[in-house]
Amino acid sequence: MSAPVLSVKNLKVNYGAIEAVKGISFEVFAGEVVSLIGANGAGKTTTLRAVSRLLPSEGEILLNGKDITGTAPHKLIDEGLVHSPEGRGIFLNMTVEENLKLGAFRRKDLKDLESEMNACFDMFPRLKERLRASAGTLSGGEQQMLSISRALLSKPKVLILDEPSLGLAPRIVQQIFQIIQTLNKQGMTILLVEQNARMALKVSHRAYVLETGKVRLSGEGRALLANPEIQAAYLGVT
Amino acid sequence: MEEFVQHLLNGLNLGAVYALIALGYTMVYGVLQLINFAHSEVYMVGAFAGFYGANFLRLTDKPGWGAFALTLLMSVVVCSVLGLCIERFAYRPLRNAPKLNALITAIGVSLFLQFAGQVVFGATPQFFPQVLEDRTLFQAGAIQIQLFDVTILSVALIAMAGLHYLIQYTRTGMAIRAVSFSFRSATLMGINVNGVIAVTFIIGSSLAGIAAVLVALKYPKIDPLMGMLYGMKAFVAAVLGGIGNFRGAVLGGIIMGLSEEMVVAYLSSSLRDALAFGLLIFILLVRPSGLLGQMKVEKV
Repeated sequence: MSAPVLSVKNLKVNYGAIEAVKGISFEVFAGEVVSLIGANGAGKTTTLRAVSRLLPSEGEILLNGKDITGTAPHKLIDEGLVHSPEGRGIFLNMTVEENLKLGAFRRKDLKDLESEMNACFDMFPRLKERLRASAGTLSGGEQQMLSISRALLSKPKVLILDEPSLGLAPRIVQQIFQIIQTLNKQGMTILLVEQNARMALKVSHRAYVLETGKVRLSGEGRALLANPEIQAAYLGVT
Repeated sequence: MEEFVQHLLNGLNLGAVYALIALGYTMVYGVLQLINFAHSEVYMVGAFAGFYGANFLRLTDKPGWGAFALTLLMSVVVCSVLGLCIERFAYRPLRNAPKLNALITAIGVSLFLQFAGQVVFGATPQFFPQVLEDRTLFQAGAIQIQLFDVTILSVALIAMAGLHYLIQYTRTGMAIRAVSFSFRSATLMGINVNGVIAVTFIIGSSLAGIAAVLVALKYPKIDPLMGMLYGMKAFVAAVLGGIGNFRGAVLGGIIMGLSEEMVVAYLSSSLRDALAFGLLIFILLVRPSGLLGQMKVEKV
């Protein structure tokens, strides 16, 4: 196998005296869906924020073999690392259209933007209907669709999705996971954080199970789904 | 009736100036949630920049639109640089510190500039050079419209229209609005948050520079403490309209200017300054978020 697109080695993050992430290592290869699963407070979101350089951390983060720990966070988008954050990160003071345009904020090459936007509307027709509406009037599901579409317009090579299913109705959750699979089939590399472990493991090639800031287990998505320990702890199977 | 119309015009003029300064407060508050108390001193320095620049270039020899524009430009440039320095050296090091630290620093910068101003410019009031000659444009009974009044109002309106365009329709404006909503989300869009904050200070300070020259044109006595009162009233105007809200700052400025003029005209000129603080107390009591401000529910 070739070198990983994203490689995290011995990542440590502190919030003051509290060590939230205690030496996590993981890798994401091109074309994979990799998920980090675990309970609240396991350090999943913190790990993603450190990868996007929103938080200072110790350890190595290699993107395409290049250490990005010294890179300013707003420049990571140029390297193809795009992060759709927990809580969706929608600008509620702007219209849907403006939010989408912000996804392409740093792009120099905008000639395909319109067709890319249309591709998003094919995926999420609702966004086209609400294009001129204030993003604050969108439902949670629509905001998640907007967040994913906006991230796609940043032209990611690695797409980070933090809790895309959080707080959404089951039907919308299904749709979001279908989109994740579709994007992956088109070649997108995805790093996913989810509390919905069952859905996440189903769509993931590989997964890492985090527990209190450490990697507890890792392996193929299917294998973890069948693992009795995981079933008991995260899938509600007794 | 004629008298009332005259007061209305004067009040509108005063209000336009307050609005310009208030926009600077509101812009900085919008991105940093910081009351930039040093803003009134940026305004003061703007007047002195015009004063020294115009005298140095002997602009009073040939007063006119060219001289006026050049004075405006010098004031805007100096104010931009000053605003940029204040942000870079006083506020940026405190970006991750508690908000109160930045607020106290703002008061410190303000005092520093007031007293440094007295050392550098001298404490004696100076006379602002007449780079434009006033004349009566229109007279009907008691109503008199002066060239300065028209100039002040039109320059202020052009500046505000320009700002509106910049904020609503340009890439920079979009970045400013994104940063004012959330640093983290803006960063994830690839926006350089520090850069945007610096630009915000440049724009706000430029507006203060414009306001300074406009006021100094009409009331040419300038001194290093001149920023205090105008700054405070513009700040009240920003709070009145809803701090952080652009339309609010303009509305607040106009209300402030009109009510001040009316109070002086029909009640007593000694109540001129009491009004501003009375309004501030009143608005904080009945509608703390301001006329156009949105009530923010603190999220936990």
